[in-house]
Amino acid sequence: MRKNWKFLESDMQENEMKEFDIRKDGHKEIMVTDCLGERYIGCGMKDGILHIKGTPGNALASYLDGGTVYVDGNAQDAAADTMNAGLLAIKGSAGDALAYGMRGGRVYVLGDAGYRAGVHMKAYEDKKSILVIGGRAGSFLGEYLAGGIIIVLGLGCEGKSITGYFCGNGMYAGTIYLRTDKVPLNLSDKLIRRNVSNEEKDSILSPIISDYASVFSISAEDCLKGSFIAIEADRSKSYSQLYAAV
Amino acid sequence: MKKEGEVRISSGCAISGIFCRDGRRITGEAIKKSIAVMHNRSNGLGGGFAAYGIYPQYKDYFALHIFYESQAAREETERFLDKRFDIINLSKIPVRQTPRISDAPLIWRYFITPLPHLLQDSQLDEDEYTSRATIRINDSITGAYVVSCGKDMGVFKAVGYPEDVADFYRIEEYEGYSWTAHGRYPTNTPGWWAGSHPFSLLDLTVVHNGEISSYDANRRAVEMYGYSCNLLTDTEVITYILDYLTRKQGLSLKECSEVIAAPFWTTISIKDEEEKKRLSYLRKMFSSFLITGPFSILVGFRGGMMALNDRLKLRSLVAAEKGNTVYFSSEEAAIRVIEENPDRIWAPRGGEAVIVTLDKEAGR
Repeated sequence: MRKNWKFLESDMQENEMKEFDIRKDGHKEIMVTDCLGERYIGCGMKDGILHIKGTPGNALASYLDGGTVYVDGNAQDAAADTMNAGLLAIKGSAGDALAYGMRGGRVYVLGDAGYRAGVHMKAYEDKKSILVIGGRAGSFLGEYLAGGIIIVLGLGCEGKSITGYFCGNGMYAGTIYLRTDKVPLNLSDKLIRRNVSNEEKDSILSPIISDYASVFSISAEDCLKGSFIAIEADRSKSYSQLYAAV
Repeated sequence: MKKEGEVRISSGCAISGIFCRDGRRITGEAIKKSIAVMHNRSNGLGGGFAAYGIYPQYKDYFALHIFYESQAAREETERFLDKRFDIINLSKIPVRQTPRISDAPLIWRYFITPLPHLLQDSQLDEDEYTSRATIRINDSITGAYVVSCGKDMGVFKAVGYPEDVADFYRIEEYEGYSWTAHGRYPTNTPGWWAGSHPFSLLDLTVVHNGEISSYDANRRAVEMYGYSCNLLTDTEVITYILDYLTRKQGLSLKECSEVIAAPFWTTISIKDEEEKKRLSYLRKMFSSFLITGPFSILVGFRGGMMALNDRLKLRSLVAAEKGNTVYFSSEEAAIRVIEENPDRIWAPRGGEAVIVTLDKEAGR
């Protein structure tokens, strides 16, 4: 099943094929082409830049601890699982369980995310997990969210629902921002929904979105257009029940 | 040898399906290539394929694929069949010996049709007559297992990795308009030949990735209606539930999906009045057939295929289209390996059935 793995120098000479230990040899920029379901690519990587072409397998960039992983297609399930630092940028869509238990760093997806994106994401002191989804997200977005920021832009989905069922169920910290004026379907009454003010948009969303837009070379202005709603846990009810939304 | 805890087995069953809506028949090579990409999702304890449109010269006869553990079981089964059916043709299923597949049972194929006067006396239609006979073989003849019994279709399964099972059965020599495949990682029961997927009854086949928490409740319910679960695997019960709901209750496959992967009451409550009434009816009327626990399944049937996830989507499922061909798989990579640039690729939602049929057939 092993395909042509081409580890390339920073000048990206496509013809030269070598085999070496990428963790030891200190190569700064590597391209992996013709991916077809190979698991654990970039798992635990600490620095450098990894370009991926094709369809990488499950658990892409899991435990990512720094550096950058660019994916020029779609990612499968469990990408950025328990990621700690760095950037994962996916030009296509992501599968289910994206950024599960993420502890820090940034995950940017230009397309859609599957079910269970950002479940139990966290934040602690200077570590702040950030997940931005350009299209729409499946059900259970941000379930048990414990910290960090999830943004769903719904680009190209204007007028449609951009999340599935059970959005934010059981969350107790962190914020989910949705670029829509529609309340997610059957949103729990134990969650607070509020409209995002222009000040909040400028201070919190704008820096993140500008960074996101520059990674994919798209217009930040388009991504910020229109109104946003924010979903957060109702602090007056926290710990009254472990699973706030049942 | 590494001990438990020293080796990580990254697994979970794999399923894959290819359906040609224009009825174009393709060999088994593509489905083998697809399922082989997901080698790591299975552990060599089961693999199999279902193919439709492979016996055009015998399309009016029931094709029985049977495993025998002994010659005595074969003789008893043949006596049983001979009394009830006209046996048009019988032969061993040709196999290619490979060191990666061992302990094969005797594998036979029969093309049969019910004896007309017995069929008439029974006051049953030929599907019911034949399904009762096969359930009886599985239930009462020791060492005989009917693996498939539909028309113009067949199941090829074994203990082994699916790509090796494909070589063993020489599936590249068959041509079908619809193929499903399974790579198995058994969790609760041993890997054995008849327990591999697909499971089937008449022309209905099921491949399944997941684990049914409601197995015993479902089994008790379906055994009330003359079915018998003998194959020690939860997938068998899905097959019988779907057969019961479609063939005996006359439900459409979409309605079946709303029974086995019924939406939550909270989800039903936000539908419009008519839909609320319809979905509530299905949930209440067929409550024993609600399947809980994680699953993604591909259901093959005459002229069509259905892909379905559990309502929480606890297992992965990807669908794609290119021209007249539809693909389903546990992983996108398994589709890309046979179709690099699909027109459309998407992940169906939990509980949302995707049903494809031959262009010339009406929906079922």
